[in-house]
Amino acid sequence: MASTEADVFDRLGRGLSALGAWIDDRFPMTKLIKEHATEYYASKNFNFWYGFGVIATVVLVIQLVTGIFLTMNYKPAAEDAFASVEYIMRDVEWGWLIRYLHSTGASAFFIVVYLHMFRGLLYGSYKKPRELVWIIGMFIYLSLMAEAFFGYLLPWGNMSYWGAQVIVSLFGSVPFVGNELAEWIRGDFYISDITLNRFFAFHVIAVPLMLILLVVVHIMALHEVGSNNPDGIEIKEHKGPGGKPIDGVAFHPYHTSKDLVIVIVFLIAFSAVVFFAPDMGGYFLEHANFEPADPLRTPEHIAPVWYFTPFYAILRAVPNELIGVALMGLAVILFFFLPWLDRCQVKSIRYRGWIYKVALAVFAITFIALGYLGLQRPSNLVARLSLLFTILYFAFFALMPFYTRIEKTKPVPTRVTW
Amino acid sequence: MVRSVVIAFALAVGFSGGAAAQHEAELDAANNNIANTASLQRGAKYFVNYCMGCHSAKYVRYNRLAADLQLTEQQLTENLMFTGEQPYDTMAIAMRPEDAERWFNVAPPDLSLIARSRGTDYIYTFLRSFYVAPNRPTGVDNMVLPGTSMPHVLWPLQGIQRAVYATDAEHGAGQVFERFELVRPGELGVEEFNDVVRDIVNFLDYISEPVKQQRQQLGIRVIGFLLVFLLISFMLKKEIWKDVK
Repeated sequence: MASTEADVFDRLGRGLSALGAWIDDRFPMTKLIKEHATEYYASKNFNFWYGFGVIATVVLVIQLVTGIFLTMNYKPAAEDAFASVEYIMRDVEWGWLIRYLHSTGASAFFIVVYLHMFRGLLYGSYKKPRELVWIIGMFIYLSLMAEAFFGYLLPWGNMSYWGAQVIVSLFGSVPFVGNELAEWIRGDFYISDITLNRFFAFHVIAVPLMLILLVVVHIMALHEVGSNNPDGIEIKEHKGPGGKPIDGVAFHPYHTSKDLVIVIVFLIAFSAVVFFAPDMGGYFLEHANFEPADPLRTPEHIAPVWYFTPFYAILRAVPNELIGVALMGLAVILFFFLPWLDRCQVKSIRYRGWIYKVALAVFAITFIALGYLGLQRPSNLVARLSLLFTILYFAFFALMPFYTRIEKTKPVPTRVTW
Repeated sequence: MVRSVVIAFALAVGFSGGAAAQHEAELDAANNNIANTASLQRGAKYFVNYCMGCHSAKYVRYNRLAADLQLTEQQLTENLMFTGEQPYDTMAIAMRPEDAERWFNVAPPDLSLIARSRGTDYIYTFLRSFYVAPNRPTGVDNMVLPGTSMPHVLWPLQGIQRAVYATDAEHGAGQVFERFELVRPGELGVEEFNDVVRDIVNFLDYISEPVKQQRQQLGIRVIGFLLVFLLISFMLKKEIWKDVK
């Protein structure tokens, strides 16, 4: 008897499910897929702001994959590093594309993460019960800053060199042990081959490992408590007969199919930069970094890459270096405390009072203004404006326990707006 | 050519953030076009004849150059390679940096990436801004890079010019640079010389990123593909979400 096509598929299907059962007896494969995809329910009313989590994941993958290929041709030595990057750009097959994807990915990562964090501020995603999701996210942000800082030295351009010199020397302002600390970080008395080697180790192994681990933990914590939504309502409080949240839809296939659209829109914007403006007018790849590192000649204007400039502006706003460094650190650390600084019971900005709306708008403008000021050459006006915006920046956090307590909120609906 | 477009460099710096340098001198727009292969070929010729005595382009390979500039290997070796290099060699020079430093005070920089670090307008203006300065060792100074160690290599073409200053009544008694005045004409007229400089700039622009044209062409195809993919994924999303009430 000849077996028909249906028979073949039937047997194949039975074979596969037998294999699945075999694995499930030994590893929670089906359980994991259910918990994190097919039976993970997230609100159906996600808007624009909810796309940046998946985009950040995609950018992470882009960075990891392109990073591996760059490592195959890059040479982490002061003598060879700059030339090896040009070798990648000119002689390695598709090297230019891999390098531009990686350099654009660095800036894209920060744009996406800043918007992702802003979503948290808009809809109170850091509030109970998601405090840990937020805190783990902040650790991801810190790791990302470290990753970007270490990575920026690797092309061994003159801005790489002097940027690292300036930032490492900031540790020198720590009382008593400052100089020793800076020396310990550099492994030398100045930024040298030794520094380049260890930064390479941190950039390609230590920090990426931490990043991946933290991202997994971030998602695990999120899936434990469930995603927030633009209304700031807990969808778990309204379950249907099957025990599923009525306002939720399964992550797969609903959110995955939506995320696919989001990711493609992102990739179009990303490609526009990679293929048509990889320097981004000197913001993503700085002009001075096309000259090799020269320990005897500083670029005429040293500024960090754009994603660090809000904090750099805070540093420069204060005449005292130690206080400046401390404030710069505090400016980042304060985000960790948002879940407790914000005393308002309502999560989403849709139902919060005008005070928080104004505060958040001012804070967003402040952050962008500081970023702009951090790129400018020092001048009297820049210093004064930086100080003004630094005060506004810290006021947002320092006054939060007060203005969030007195704000008049609107009634929150029981079901999501759809 | 008339200086049609003048960009205040300070503005350019303001736009480009962490950009290279702030200069007092206003820069003329180079208006070069890397798609103009004939211009690139001329630029390559000028580069090996006038620049490569002192400046290397050590990341650029001759055979890549030939391929991109549509030159045969014979054209390449006859016109651009004079000192026994092989086509797979890079455009290195024999002058050692230590010697260069002794002779010029500073080693002439490698020019592979100069168009990306300084910008095309900068080079275009720089090469046209040498003027007589008898107190300088080279007899000339440059309005874009004052105190430069570089001699006016292109003087046989451009001729020799002097700087004319005007007294600026508004800003005190200081003298402000107004224009250049040709003291001794060169082999070429002003327009012709500008074209030569533009070809050199164009060549430098090309070698700073040889893949640039290919990158842009590929970009159009990649984005085109993504747009089609976007449409399909959007229809998929619509289909899957239609039962969500």
